[in-house]
Amino acid sequence: MQRNTPAGPRPGEYFQRDRTLQPPAYTQVYKTSATRSPQKPLLSLEQTVSEITGPVFGDHDLGPLDHDLIRNHAGDGEPIGPRIVVHGHVLDENGRGVPGALVEIWQANAGGRYRHRNDIYLAPIDPNFGGCGRCLSDETGYYFFRTIMPGPYPWRNYVNSWRPAHIHLSIFGRSFCQRLITQLYFEGDPLIPECPIVQTIPDASAVERLIATLDMNASIPFDSRAYRFDIVLRGRRSTLFENRLDGN
Amino acid sequence: MVRKLTYLRETPSQTAGPYVHIGLAPAYAGFEIFENNFTNTVAGPDVPGERIVIEGCVYDGTGTPLRDVLLESWQADANGHYRHPDDPNHGPADDGFRGWGRMCSHFETGVFSLETIKPGPVPGRNGRLQAPHISLWIVARGINIGLQTRLYFGEETDANAADPVLNLIEQESRRQTLIAQPADGTGTATHRFDIHLQGEKETVFFDV
Repeated sequence: MQRNTPAGPRPGEYFQRDRTLQPPAYTQVYKTSATRSPQKPLLSLEQTVSEITGPVFGDHDLGPLDHDLIRNHAGDGEPIGPRIVVHGHVLDENGRGVPGALVEIWQANAGGRYRHRNDIYLAPIDPNFGGCGRCLSDETGYYFFRTIMPGPYPWRNYVNSWRPAHIHLSIFGRSFCQRLITQLYFEGDPLIPECPIVQTIPDASAVERLIATLDMNASIPFDSRAYRFDIVLRGRRSTLFENRLDGN
Repeated sequence: MVRKLTYLRETPSQTAGPYVHIGLAPAYAGFEIFENNFTNTVAGPDVPGERIVIEGCVYDGTGTPLRDVLLESWQADANGHYRHPDDPNHGPADDGFRGWGRMCSHFETGVFSLETIKPGPVPGRNGRLQAPHISLWIVARGINIGLQTRLYFGEETDANAADPVLNLIEQESRRQTLIAQPADGTGTATHRFDIHLQGEKETVFFDV
């Protein structure tokens, strides 16, 4: 899909990111952040063409099974675990669908094990499950994946720390300044409020927005339950006024 | 009574974690799955421009290189045009140059590299020209929200001195944290660019 500029006024800059809803760089609860967090303030940059543009992806970048984690790494069998659909819209803060957004996901298998050279958790690798997928949102911003419910797993933060079941999402909107990586959790999981990584987010309502909701209407009878998860990227002003970015 | 406008709010960020490679660069995680993979080669052999390699490490606050970091780059072509419809001067969309690359640090050494062409200068705000630069975005375990910075080129002394973004940085010494330097003795146009997350040499990161 090629994104084109609609006729009319050229869209302007992106809204300032609301840092009160985003995790700060240093969060005591998540120990690894201690040595990996910048300590000086971020320098506020008024956007230029370098910030309001970004890579354009198209259907030619993806394969036909890339969005289907149940099939994209299956050999002779099927992956083990509860079959689910994860779907929703990529929106901006104005509530508009973002078309052509590249969404990439990765996750553990049903036992909580990642297919990664550095994961040594004792739960087994599932030979029929890779654990990654990607898709482009359609013209309304809608995206869709089929996968297996990931399992919780232990990690080294406190001695007895367990990640809630989650799926990692990486999203490209229209511009490089909308770039976002996040994690999706599942409604009703008691590990969510216990998790130090969840606790990096300072705002309770912002945490709520990372929790996917069971969507019975979208569930496929005798096949998969569905979870709905909308992603919101930074919005932008609708017109370019003075101080035009191209300097004309 | 103050009334509230109802905008949606941006989804909060979460760390990319230690296994980011599975989703964004599966070959680094240790398996093949997709036919097309996103790589650190920004410009194929037919793309016009000066061919360069960027090499560096991302260091944590103890001076240890991150060995599980992922970086992405975004840049204009050799004429200073972005391949995006919101650049009024945007270049062709189908000549093998997207302008974007994805790099993973080496699991032992922490070195990342990018193979690209040198971008041209691009217009800035209010008619001021920006020196050639590459935008970078950095994620890893322990980084709660992706870090944005820019890479400039050491040999562009005059353009850098006039660059409106570099000049926003109050302390002159900190401007140097954004300037890649030609690597000695490699024989190729290799530029070294190290990123320091903390400490005296902390890289300037932007809130864009």
